[in-house]
Amino acid sequence: MKPAPFDYRRPGTLAEAVAALAGEPNAKVLAGGQSLVPLLSMRLAAPALLVDINAIPGLDTIEAADVGGVSGVCVGALARHAAVLASPDVRRVQPLVPLALAHVAHATIRNRGTTVGSLVHADAAAEMPVVLTLLGGSVEVEGPAGRRTIHADDLYAGPLESTVGHDEIAVSAFFPALRPGAGVAFEEIARRHGDYALVGAAALVEGDQVRVGYLSVSDVPTVVDLTGVADDDLGEAALAQLEPQDDIHATAAYRAQLVRVLTGRVVRSARNFSEGAR
Amino acid sequence: MSEQLHDVRLTVNGTTHEVRVPARRLLSDALRHDLGLTGTHVGCEHGVCGACTILVDGAPMRSCLMLAVSAADHELTTVEGLTNEDGSLGPVQQAFAECHGLQCGFCTPGFLTTITAGLRDNPRPTHEEARDMIAGNLCRCTGYQNIVKAVERAAELQGELSS
Repeated sequence: MKPAPFDYRRPGTLAEAVAALAGEPNAKVLAGGQSLVPLLSMRLAAPALLVDINAIPGLDTIEAADVGGVSGVCVGALARHAAVLASPDVRRVQPLVPLALAHVAHATIRNRGTTVGSLVHADAAAEMPVVLTLLGGSVEVEGPAGRRTIHADDLYAGPLESTVGHDEIAVSAFFPALRPGAGVAFEEIARRHGDYALVGAAALVEGDQVRVGYLSVSDVPTVVDLTGVADDDLGEAALAQLEPQDDIHATAAYRAQLVRVLTGRVVRSARNFSEGAR
Repeated sequence: MSEQLHDVRLTVNGTTHEVRVPARRLLSDALRHDLGLTGTHVGCEHGVCGACTILVDGAPMRSCLMLAVSAADHELTTVEGLTNEDGSLGPVQQAFAECHGLQCGFCTPGFLTTITAGLRDNPRPTHEEARDMIAGNLCRCTGYQNIVKAVERAAELQGELSS
Protein backbone atom coordinates (compact mmCIF):
# COMPACT_ATOMS: atom_id res chain seq x y z
CA MET A 1 0.00 0.00 0.00
CA LYS A 2 0.97 3.64 -0.29
CA PRO A 3 0.73 6.39 2.32
CA ALA A 4 -2.45 8.47 2.47
CA PRO A 5 -1.97 12.11 1.40
CA PHE A 6 -0.43 14.50 3.92
CA ASP A 7 0.93 18.03 3.93
CA TYR A 8 4.69 18.30 4.16
CA ARG A 9 7.00 20.92 5.63
CA ARG A 10 10.77 20.83 5.67
CA PRO A 11 11.76 23.69 8.00
CA GLY A 12 15.33 24.95 8.23
CA THR A 13 15.20 25.84 11.93
CA LEU A 14 13.86 24.26 15.09
CA ALA A 15 11.68 27.33 15.78
CA GLU A 16 9.99 26.94 12.39
CA ALA A 17 9.48 23.23 13.04
CA VAL A 18 7.83 23.92 16.41
CA ALA A 19 5.64 26.59 14.78
CA ALA A 20 4.60 24.16 12.04
CA LEU A 21 3.62 21.53 14.62
CA ALA A 22 1.68 24.07 16.71
CA GLY A 23 -0.87 24.64 13.96
CA GLU A 24 -1.81 20.98 13.39
CA PRO A 25 -2.67 18.58 16.23
CA ASN A 26 -2.57 15.61 13.82
CA ALA A 27 1.04 16.13 12.76
CA LYS A 28 4.03 13.80 12.98
CA VAL A 29 7.74 14.55 13.08
CA LEU A 30 9.85 12.78 10.44
CA ALA A 31 13.48 12.09 11.34
CA GLY A 32 14.88 8.76 10.07
CA GLY A 33 11.42 7.42 9.21
CA GLN A 34 12.40 3.77 9.57
CA SER A 35 9.39 3.14 11.82
CA LEU A 36 7.14 5.96 10.65
CA VAL A 37 7.27 5.36 6.88
CA PRO A 38 6.17 1.69 7.17
CA LEU A 39 3.30 2.85 9.41
CA LEU A 40 2.36 5.40 6.73
CA SER A 41 2.60 2.85 3.92
CA MET A 42 0.46 0.35 5.81
CA ARG A 43 -1.90 3.24 6.70
CA LEU A 44 -1.65 2.42 10.37
CA ALA A 45 -0.81 6.13 10.67
CA ALA A 46 -2.35 8.86 8.51
CA PRO A 47 -1.15 12.23 9.84
CA ALA A 48 -2.45 15.43 8.25
CA LEU A 49 1.03 16.95 8.28
CA LEU A 50 4.57 15.64 8.29
CA VAL A 51 7.27 17.97 9.67
CA ASP A 52 10.60 16.74 8.24
CA ILE A 53 13.40 17.85 10.58
CA ASN A 54 16.23 16.51 8.37
CA ALA A 55 17.14 19.97 7.05
CA ILE A 56 17.64 21.50 10.51
CA PRO A 57 21.36 22.02 11.12
CA GLY A 58 23.04 21.07 14.39
CA LEU A 59 20.79 18.20 15.42
CA ASP A 60 23.18 15.39 14.48
CA THR A 61 25.64 15.91 17.35
CA ILE A 62 27.05 13.03 19.40
CA GLU A 63 29.13 14.21 22.34
CA ALA A 64 30.25 13.49 25.88
CA ALA A 65 28.38 15.94 28.11
CA ASP A 66 27.51 16.80 31.72
CA VAL A 67 23.83 17.29 32.43
CA GLY A 68 22.84 18.48 35.92
CA GLY A 69 26.19 17.37 37.34
CA VAL A 70 25.93 13.87 35.80
CA SER A 71 28.41 12.92 33.10
CA GLY A 72 27.25 10.96 30.07
CA VAL A 73 26.69 11.20 26.34
CA CYS A 74 24.27 13.44 24.54
CA VAL A 75 22.85 12.30 21.19
CA GLY A 76 21.05 14.75 18.87
CA ALA A 77 17.73 14.05 17.13
CA LEU A 78 19.35 13.52 13.72
CA ALA A 79 22.22 11.30 14.90
CA ARG A 80 21.76 8.05 12.97
CA HIS A 81 22.03 4.74 14.83
CA ALA A 82 25.07 3.89 12.68
CA ALA A 83 26.91 7.06 13.75
CA VAL A 84 26.10 6.53 17.43
CA LEU A 85 27.21 2.89 17.16
CA ALA A 86 30.51 3.94 15.57
CA SER A 87 31.24 6.78 18.03
CA PRO A 88 34.35 6.16 20.18
CA ASP A 89 33.04 8.72 22.72
CA VAL A 90 29.81 6.79 23.21
CA ARG A 91 31.66 3.47 23.48
CA ARG A 92 34.03 4.89 26.11
CA VAL A 93 31.44 6.74 28.21
CA GLN A 94 28.50 4.30 28.10
CA PRO A 95 29.30 0.96 26.44
CA LEU A 96 25.74 -0.35 26.91
CA VAL A 97 24.60 2.00 24.12
CA PRO A 98 26.67 0.35 21.35
CA LEU A 99 26.08 -3.14 22.84
CA ALA A 100 22.34 -2.61 22.35
CA LEU A 101 22.56 -0.65 19.09
CA ALA A 102 24.26 -3.59 17.39
CA HIS A 103 20.90 -5.41 17.82
CA VAL A 104 18.78 -2.60 16.33
CA ALA A 105 17.48 -3.95 12.99
CA HIS A 106 20.14 -4.26 10.26
CA ALA A 107 23.02 -2.00 9.25
CA THR A 108 20.98 -0.63 6.33
CA ILE A 109 18.18 0.49 8.66
CA ARG A 110 20.71 1.90 11.15
CA ASN A 111 22.15 4.07 8.38
CA ARG A 112 18.93 6.08 8.26
CA GLY A 113 17.11 5.49 11.56
CA THR A 114 17.83 7.79 14.48
CA THR A 115 18.42 6.82 18.11
CA VAL A 116 16.27 9.67 19.46
CA GLY A 117 13.49 8.76 17.04
CA SER A 118 13.56 5.18 18.27
CA LEU A 119 13.37 6.41 21.90
CA VAL A 120 10.27 8.55 21.37
CA HIS A 121 8.59 6.05 19.03
CA ALA A 122 8.22 4.16 22.33
CA ASP A 123 8.03 0.64 20.94
CA ALA A 124 8.29 -1.80 23.85
CA ALA A 125 9.94 -4.27 21.45
CA ALA A 126 12.75 -1.81 20.68
CA GLU A 127 16.18 -1.89 22.29
CA MET A 128 16.96 1.76 23.02
CA PRO A 129 13.94 2.66 25.23
CA VAL A 130 15.00 -0.11 27.63
CA VAL A 131 18.59 1.13 27.64
CA LEU A 132 17.49 4.71 28.42
CA THR A 133 15.17 3.48 31.20
CA LEU A 134 17.75 1.16 32.77
CA LEU A 135 20.42 3.88 32.79
CA GLY A 136 18.08 6.57 34.10
CA GLY A 137 18.59 8.80 31.07
CA SER A 138 16.37 11.50 29.70
CA VAL A 139 15.07 13.15 26.55
CA GLU A 140 15.08 16.90 25.90
CA VAL A 141 12.05 18.24 24.03
CA GLU A 142 11.23 21.64 22.58
CA GLY A 143 7.70 23.00 22.21
CA PRO A 144 5.80 26.29 22.17
CA ALA A 145 6.45 26.71 25.92
CA GLY A 146 10.20 26.21 25.48
CA ARG A 147 12.43 23.31 26.46
CA ARG A 148 11.83 20.66 29.04
CA THR A 149 13.54 17.47 30.10
CA ILE A 150 11.59 14.23 30.35
CA HIS A 151 13.21 11.62 32.58
CA ALA A 152 13.07 8.08 31.16
CA ASP A 153 10.81 6.96 34.04
CA ASP A 154 8.21 9.50 32.88
CA LEU A 155 8.68 9.00 29.13
CA TYR A 156 6.74 5.80 28.39
CA ALA A 157 2.96 5.97 28.87
CA GLY A 158 1.90 2.82 27.00
CA PRO A 159 2.46 0.84 23.81
CA LEU A 160 3.86 3.20 21.15
CA GLU A 161 2.90 6.11 23.40
CA SER A 162 5.39 8.56 24.86
CA THR A 163 4.70 11.63 26.97
CA VAL A 164 6.23 13.92 24.35
CA GLY A 165 3.43 16.38 23.48
CA HIS A 166 1.99 16.50 19.94
CA ASP A 167 3.39 20.04 19.67
CA GLU A 168 6.86 19.09 20.95
CA ILE A 169 9.98 17.81 19.15
CA ALA A 170 12.55 15.57 20.84
CA VAL A 171 15.86 17.32 20.21
CA SER A 172 18.31 15.10 22.09
CA ALA A 173 18.73 12.19 24.46
CA PHE A 174 21.10 11.87 27.40
CA PHE A 175 22.59 8.53 28.46
CA PRO A 176 24.40 8.70 31.85
CA ALA A 177 27.97 7.39 31.89
CA LEU A 178 28.97 3.97 33.19
CA ARG A 179 30.46 4.44 36.67
CA PRO A 180 33.97 3.09 37.30
CA GLY A 181 33.85 -0.61 38.22
CA ALA A 182 30.27 -1.06 36.98
CA GLY A 183 29.32 -3.58 34.29
CA VAL A 184 26.73 -3.77 31.52
CA ALA A 185 25.52 -6.40 29.07
CA PHE A 186 22.84 -6.85 26.45
CA GLU A 187 21.26 -10.04 25.12
CA GLU A 188 18.24 -10.77 22.99
CA ILE A 189 16.59 -13.66 21.19
CA ALA A 190 14.94 -13.06 17.82
CA ARG A 191 13.62 -15.53 15.27
CA ARG A 192 15.84 -14.09 12.57
CA HIS A 193 18.94 -11.90 12.71
CA GLY A 194 17.81 -8.26 12.82
CA ASP A 195 14.16 -8.98 13.61
CA TYR A 196 12.37 -7.60 16.62
CA ALA A 197 13.37 -9.58 19.67
CA LEU A 198 10.93 -12.06 21.23
CA VAL A 199 12.59 -11.03 24.50
CA GLY A 200 15.64 -8.88 25.16
CA ALA A 201 17.44 -7.96 28.36
CA ALA A 202 19.94 -5.30 29.39
CA ALA A 203 21.80 -5.56 32.70
CA LEU A 204 23.54 -2.97 34.86
CA VAL A 205 25.70 -4.19 37.76
CA GLU A 206 27.13 -1.58 40.15
CA GLY A 207 28.80 -3.08 43.23
CA ASP A 208 26.06 -5.17 44.89
CA GLN A 209 23.29 -3.55 42.89
CA VAL A 210 21.86 -5.59 40.01
CA ARG A 211 19.16 -4.21 37.71
CA VAL A 212 17.84 -5.69 34.49
CA GLY A 213 15.64 -4.04 31.85
CA TYR A 214 13.43 -6.05 29.49
CA LEU A 215 12.06 -5.43 26.01
CA SER A 216 9.15 -7.26 24.37
CA VAL A 217 7.98 -8.62 27.74
CA SER A 218 5.46 -5.92 28.72
CA ASP A 219 3.91 -3.10 26.70
CA VAL A 220 6.40 -0.57 28.09
CA PRO A 221 10.13 -0.94 28.83
CA THR A 222 10.36 -2.60 32.25
CA VAL A 223 13.25 -2.57 34.72
CA VAL A 224 13.44 -4.88 37.73
CA ASP A 225 15.79 -4.75 40.72
CA LEU A 226 17.56 -8.07 41.34
CA THR A 227 19.95 -6.87 44.02
CA GLY A 228 20.79 -9.59 46.53
CA VAL A 229 19.21 -12.43 44.52
CA ALA A 230 21.24 -15.67 44.33
CA ASP A 231 22.53 -16.47 40.84
CA ASP A 232 20.34 -19.58 40.46
CA ASP A 233 17.18 -17.63 41.38
CA LEU A 234 17.65 -14.62 39.06
CA GLY A 235 15.18 -15.75 36.40
CA GLU A 236 12.38 -16.60 38.86
CA ALA A 237 12.97 -13.39 40.83
CA ALA A 238 12.66 -11.40 37.62
CA LEU A 239 9.47 -13.22 36.60
CA ALA A 240 7.92 -12.45 39.99
CA GLN A 241 8.05 -8.78 38.95
CA LEU A 242 7.03 -9.24 35.30
CA GLU A 243 3.92 -10.29 33.42
CA PRO A 244 5.05 -11.65 30.04
CA GLN A 245 2.40 -11.19 27.39
CA ASP A 246 1.05 -13.32 24.55
CA ASP A 247 1.08 -12.18 20.97
CA ILE A 248 1.32 -13.76 17.52
CA HIS A 249 5.11 -14.04 17.87
CA ALA A 250 5.35 -15.94 21.16
CA THR A 251 3.23 -17.29 24.00
CA ALA A 252 3.51 -15.83 27.49
CA ALA A 253 4.95 -19.17 28.69
CA TYR A 254 7.68 -19.09 26.05
CA ARG A 255 8.49 -15.46 26.91
CA ALA A 256 8.74 -16.48 30.59
CA GLN A 257 11.23 -19.19 29.63
CA LEU A 258 13.27 -16.66 27.63
CA VAL A 259 13.26 -14.32 30.67
CA ARG A 260 14.65 -17.19 32.81
CA VAL A 261 17.40 -17.95 30.30
CA LEU A 262 18.35 -14.40 29.39
CA THR A 263 18.32 -12.97 32.92
CA GLY A 264 21.01 -15.30 34.23
CA ARG A 265 23.02 -14.92 31.04
CA VAL A 266 22.92 -11.12 30.95
CA VAL A 267 23.71 -10.67 34.66
CA ARG A 268 26.70 -13.05 34.41
CA SER A 269 27.89 -11.17 31.37
CA ALA A 270 27.56 -7.77 33.13
CA ARG A 271 29.50 -9.13 36.14
CA ASN A 272 32.27 -10.34 33.83
CA PHE A 273 32.31 -6.90 32.25
CA SER A 274 32.70 -5.19 35.64
CA GLU A 275 35.46 -7.61 36.68
CA GLY A 276 37.27 -7.01 33.41
CA ALA A 277 37.00 -3.25 33.96
CA ARG A 278 38.67 -3.39 37.38
CA MET B 1 -9.09 18.95 -3.32
CA SER B 2 -6.08 18.26 -5.46
CA GLU B 3 -2.96 17.05 -3.71
CA GLN B 4 -0.10 19.51 -3.40
CA LEU B 5 2.91 18.66 -5.57
CA HIS B 6 6.53 19.39 -4.73
CA ASP B 7 9.36 20.10 -7.13
CA VAL B 8 12.28 17.91 -6.15
CA ARG B 9 15.74 17.70 -7.67
CA LEU B 10 17.02 14.13 -7.42
CA THR B 11 20.65 13.29 -8.20
CA VAL B 12 20.84 9.67 -9.30
CA ASN B 13 23.97 7.97 -10.61
CA GLY B 14 25.53 11.39 -11.22
CA THR B 15 22.60 12.76 -13.25
CA THR B 16 20.25 15.42 -11.93
CA HIS B 17 16.52 14.98 -12.54
CA GLU B 18 13.65 17.35 -11.76
CA VAL B 19 10.48 15.62 -10.63
CA ARG B 20 7.13 16.96 -9.45
CA VAL B 21 5.69 14.59 -6.86
CA PRO B 22 3.25 14.50 -3.95
CA ALA B 23 4.92 14.41 -0.53
CA ARG B 24 3.76 10.83 -0.05
CA ARG B 25 5.73 9.54 -3.08
CA LEU B 26 8.16 6.92 -1.77
CA LEU B 27 11.68 7.33 -3.08
CA SER B 28 11.49 3.79 -4.53
CA ASP B 29 8.40 4.79 -6.54
CA ALA B 30 9.97 8.07 -7.67
CA LEU B 31 12.97 6.14 -9.01
CA ARG B 32 10.84 3.57 -10.80
CA HIS B 33 7.79 5.53 -11.94
CA ASP B 34 8.95 9.12 -12.27
CA LEU B 35 12.50 8.44 -13.50
CA GLY B 36 11.96 5.07 -15.19
CA LEU B 37 14.88 3.54 -13.31
CA THR B 38 13.23 0.16 -12.82
CA GLY B 39 16.39 -1.63 -11.72
CA THR B 40 15.46 -0.85 -8.11
CA HIS B 41 12.89 -3.46 -7.10
CA VAL B 42 10.08 -3.11 -4.60
CA GLY B 43 9.30 -6.22 -2.57
CA CYS B 44 7.71 -5.85 0.85
CA GLU B 45 7.54 -2.04 0.85
CA HIS B 46 8.05 -1.87 4.60
CA GLY B 47 11.78 -2.23 5.00
CA VAL B 48 12.10 -5.97 5.62
CA CYS B 49 13.15 -7.53 2.32
CA GLY B 50 15.94 -5.20 1.16
CA ALA B 51 15.15 -5.45 -2.58
CA CYS B 52 14.82 -1.64 -2.85
CA THR B 53 18.17 -0.89 -1.20
CA ILE B 54 20.05 1.96 -2.87
CA LEU B 55 23.10 3.97 -1.82
CA VAL B 56 22.43 7.39 -0.28
CA ASP B 57 25.67 9.34 -0.16
CA GLY B 58 27.35 5.93 -0.43
CA ALA B 59 25.50 4.29 2.48
CA PRO B 60 22.92 1.56 1.82
CA MET B 61 19.39 2.60 2.72
CA ARG B 62 15.90 1.34 1.96
CA SER B 63 14.41 3.52 -0.78
CA CYS B 64 10.92 2.36 0.26
CA LEU B 65 11.49 3.89 3.70
CA MET B 66 12.39 7.33 2.39
CA LEU B 67 10.18 9.96 0.81
CA ALA B 68 11.33 11.41 -2.50
CA VAL B 69 10.90 14.92 -1.04
CA SER B 70 13.47 14.04 1.67
CA ALA B 71 16.07 12.83 -0.82
CA ALA B 72 16.86 16.11 -2.59
CA ASP B 73 20.14 16.89 -0.86
CA HIS B 74 21.73 13.50 -1.42
CA GLU B 75 23.73 11.64 -4.06
CA LEU B 76 21.74 8.51 -4.90
CA THR B 77 23.22 5.40 -6.50
CA THR B 78 20.96 2.67 -7.87
CA VAL B 79 21.87 -0.67 -9.42
CA GLU B 80 22.02 1.10 -12.80
CA GLY B 81 24.99 3.07 -11.42
CA LEU B 82 27.08 0.02 -10.49
CA THR B 83 28.37 -0.85 -13.97
CA ASN B 84 31.87 0.14 -15.05
CA GLU B 85 32.20 3.35 -17.06
CA ASP B 86 32.37 1.39 -20.33
CA GLY B 87 29.05 -0.28 -19.50
CA SER B 88 30.55 -3.67 -18.60
CA LEU B 89 29.58 -5.38 -15.37
CA GLY B 90 31.06 -3.95 -12.17
CA PRO B 91 32.99 -6.34 -9.91
CA VAL B 92 30.02 -7.24 -7.68
CA GLN B 93 27.80 -7.83 -10.72
CA GLN B 94 30.55 -9.89 -12.37
CA ALA B 95 30.91 -12.01 -9.23
CA PHE B 96 27.14 -12.67 -9.15
CA ALA B 97 27.28 -13.86 -12.77
CA GLU B 98 30.28 -16.13 -12.10
CA CYS B 99 28.94 -17.64 -8.85
CA HIS B 100 25.33 -18.12 -9.96
CA GLY B 101 24.41 -15.58 -7.28
CA LEU B 102 21.01 -14.90 -8.82
CA GLN B 103 18.13 -17.11 -9.83
CA CYS B 104 14.92 -15.12 -10.42
CA GLY B 105 16.88 -11.89 -9.91
CA PHE B 106 14.22 -10.04 -7.97
CA CYS B 107 16.35 -9.44 -4.87
CA THR B 108 19.58 -8.90 -6.81
CA PRO B 109 19.58 -5.06 -7.09
CA GLY B 110 19.35 -4.76 -3.30
CA PHE B 111 22.13 -7.29 -2.78
CA LEU B 112 24.40 -5.58 -5.35
CA THR B 113 24.08 -2.13 -3.75
CA THR B 114 24.45 -3.50 -0.22
CA ILE B 115 27.56 -5.53 -1.12
CA THR B 116 29.11 -2.66 -3.09
CA ALA B 117 29.00 -0.50 0.05
CA GLY B 118 29.95 -3.41 2.31
CA LEU B 119 33.12 -4.18 0.36
CA ARG B 120 34.08 -0.51 0.28
CA ASP B 121 33.99 -0.48 4.10
CA ASN B 122 35.52 -3.97 4.46
CA PRO B 123 37.42 -5.00 1.28
CA ARG B 124 38.48 -8.42 2.65
CA PRO B 125 35.57 -9.84 4.63
CA THR B 126 35.86 -13.18 6.42
CA HIS B 127 33.23 -15.80 5.61
CA GLU B 128 31.25 -14.72 8.70
CA GLU B 129 31.55 -11.04 7.78
CA ALA B 130 30.37 -11.83 4.24
CA ARG B 131 27.28 -13.51 5.70
CA ASP B 132 26.67 -10.62 8.07
CA MET B 133 27.02 -8.12 5.21
CA ILE B 134 23.93 -9.53 3.47
CA ALA B 135 21.92 -10.39 6.59
CA GLY B 136 19.44 -7.59 5.94
CA ASN B 137 18.45 -8.81 2.46
CA LEU B 138 16.04 -11.60 1.64
CA CYS B 139 16.31 -13.88 -1.40
CA ARG B 140 12.99 -15.54 -2.17
CA CYS B 141 14.78 -18.28 -4.15
CA THR B 142 16.83 -18.92 -0.98
CA GLY B 143 20.04 -18.84 -2.99
CA TYR B 144 22.10 -17.53 -0.11
CA GLN B 145 25.08 -19.88 -0.36
CA ASN B 146 25.96 -18.66 -3.84
CA ILE B 147 25.35 -15.06 -2.82
CA VAL B 148 27.88 -15.44 0.00
CA LYS B 149 30.29 -16.96 -2.55
CA ALA B 150 29.66 -13.96 -4.78
CA VAL B 151 30.57 -11.57 -1.93
CA GLU B 152 33.88 -13.40 -1.53
CA ARG B 153 34.48 -13.53 -5.30
CA ALA B 154 33.68 -9.81 -5.63
CA ALA B 155 36.26 -9.08 -2.93
CA GLU B 156 38.82 -11.07 -4.98
CA LEU B 157 37.91 -9.25 -8.20
CA GLN B 158 38.20 -5.86 -6.52
CA GLY B 159 41.54 -6.88 -5.02
CA GLU B 160 42.82 -7.81 -8.50
CA LEU B 161 41.62 -4.48 -9.89
CA SER B 162 43.31 -2.42 -7.21
CA SER B 163 46.61 -4.37 -7.19
